[in-house]
Amino acid sequence: MIENRPGFTFFCHALLIASVIVVAFPLYIAFIASTHTATRMMQFPLPLLPGGEMLHNYLTVLTHGVEGASTAPVGRMMWNSLVMALSITFGKITISMLSAYAIVYFRFPLKKFFFWMIFVTLMLPVEVRILPTYKVVADLGLIDTYGGLAIPLIASATATFLFRQFFLTIPDELMEAARIDGASAMRFFWDVVLPLSKTNIAALFVILFIYGWNQYLWPLLVTTQEDMYTVVIGIRRMIPGGDASVSWNLVMATAMLALTPPALVVLLMQNWFVKGLVETEK
Amino acid sequence: MEKRTQFPVGWLPYVLVAPQLTITIVFFFWPAGQAMWQSLLLQDPFGINTQFVWFDNFKQLFADPTYLDSFKVSLVFSVLVAVLAFAISLVLAICCDYVLRGAKAYQTLIIWPYAVAPAIAAVLWTFLFSPGLGIVAYWLKNFGYDWNHHLNGGQAMALVVFASAWNRIPYNFLFFLAGLQSIPKSMMEAAAIDGAGPIKRFATISFPLISPTSFFLLVVNIVYAFFDTFGVIDSITGGGPMRSTTTLVYKVYQDGFKGLDLGGSAAQSVILMAIVISLTVVQFRYVERKVQYS
Repeated sequence: MIENRPGFTFFCHALLIASVIVVAFPLYIAFIASTHTATRMMQFPLPLLPGGEMLHNYLTVLTHGVEGASTAPVGRMMWNSLVMALSITFGKITISMLSAYAIVYFRFPLKKFFFWMIFVTLMLPVEVRILPTYKVVADLGLIDTYGGLAIPLIASATATFLFRQFFLTIPDELMEAARIDGASAMRFFWDVVLPLSKTNIAALFVILFIYGWNQYLWPLLVTTQEDMYTVVIGIRRMIPGGDASVSWNLVMATAMLALTPPALVVLLMQNWFVKGLVETEK
Repeated sequence: MEKRTQFPVGWLPYVLVAPQLTITIVFFFWPAGQAMWQSLLLQDPFGINTQFVWFDNFKQLFADPTYLDSFKVSLVFSVLVAVLAFAISLVLAICCDYVLRGAKAYQTLIIWPYAVAPAIAAVLWTFLFSPGLGIVAYWLKNFGYDWNHHLNGGQAMALVVFASAWNRIPYNFLFFLAGLQSIPKSMMEAAAIDGAGPIKRFATISFPLISPTSFFLLVVNIVYAFFDTFGVIDSITGGGPMRSTTTLVYKVYQDGFKGLDLGGSAAQSVILMAIVISLTVVQFRYVERKVQYS
């Protein structure tokens, strides 16, 4: 504290509390809606306090899905989301660690060229090459498979850069000592580089898990069967447009279920999340 | 920057970079090349007749008022999202940096929306503003204001901006907070002794020191609004009403998958690539980065 200004401190607290409430308001309303019956959600004004249908609503969507909407049970869709998010996370971390290791610890022809190839992918997000990428995946027969959901998304320039930066800070003496002791390149990787990278891996895990879980456009394109929908896509299919027939209580229960896993990851691993966010983007 | 010593070269480094490069080539370079090639072709939706037409697709695009409109929509949308998320999170970060008690708790309670998928954020906001049913729409009606984003283009735009900015505030907030916290306390104390109040200190010390962060965030926010908000727009408005929320990315999707205009969609992809490349160049040239690309 630099100086005592009770007025300004009070103003800051008031503003922060107000914005915390505004930020949380959509979530609160969604939660309230998920605890009422469908008929209650049709009457004015909508409730502002929890009702008694919470357990029933959540069990219904988890095991049966939403009636009238063409979707699989939410439990199944959450499983798809989990498989996709974890494959993307582990895939990205693995391949970018390996290529960063090659680029930092070896001097070989074409190294610069490879590095630039990886760098250029930064400039080609899925959104700008939607149709041709879809065609490649369709030609490879990967539509409606977990492979099709995850593999096109696991090449990542940012993760490679992060590991490259980190590997460059590892003291050269460690490698020299390892080589004098007769360690091979892969041995050095397993026994020294990998253990040293633990915090970076954890930070990246949080960011990538959220990235993978929240994918929208890609799963929308490559999944055509209901039982391959991820939960983010499934919820979109529950709102057919025109809101007369939407069972908002069940849709909101699904929304709560869909946002809980990434929210838990952020809250439980908050320090790693902050580190990962600030460092991958810098 | 390189390591002093390196491992002997053999086949190993090639094996190590192989997975990343294979995926990059198959899913990045090949499709990007395809898009460029297709943008020069005219193809019927069934793929039977193909004709090489040089730059006709581009000419057609720029003569098409709906495409020019989507340019304008993208611009308005991304500037609104960038500025809104930027301003709100800057104020919140300043407050959070100033208070001693509860700073960590505030941080937690402000950053959680980062975890919410843009498409889910869209569903939450649609529900609040759903005409005739949503609670905020109901309150607005009591004040005599009719809200219907299915009919009113301006309101549809406002709603997608709200949902996107809400989703984006945590990101900006964390960067601003990190920037403010890295300013040495002694500098602030010296200024305070010289009689500068909080506002003066912010204007003359904090703001200049965090301006690289600010510029970085503005660029990143615009990139986000351009490319990562597809889910928000698709769930809330589907590009409507009357194309008032059809951004460039949304139009590529619409023309390619719904309209089956392959050449036109590919030409739009090529234009988008040009935009991303120029934004990336701006980001790397003018933004202070810790990474050295040598």
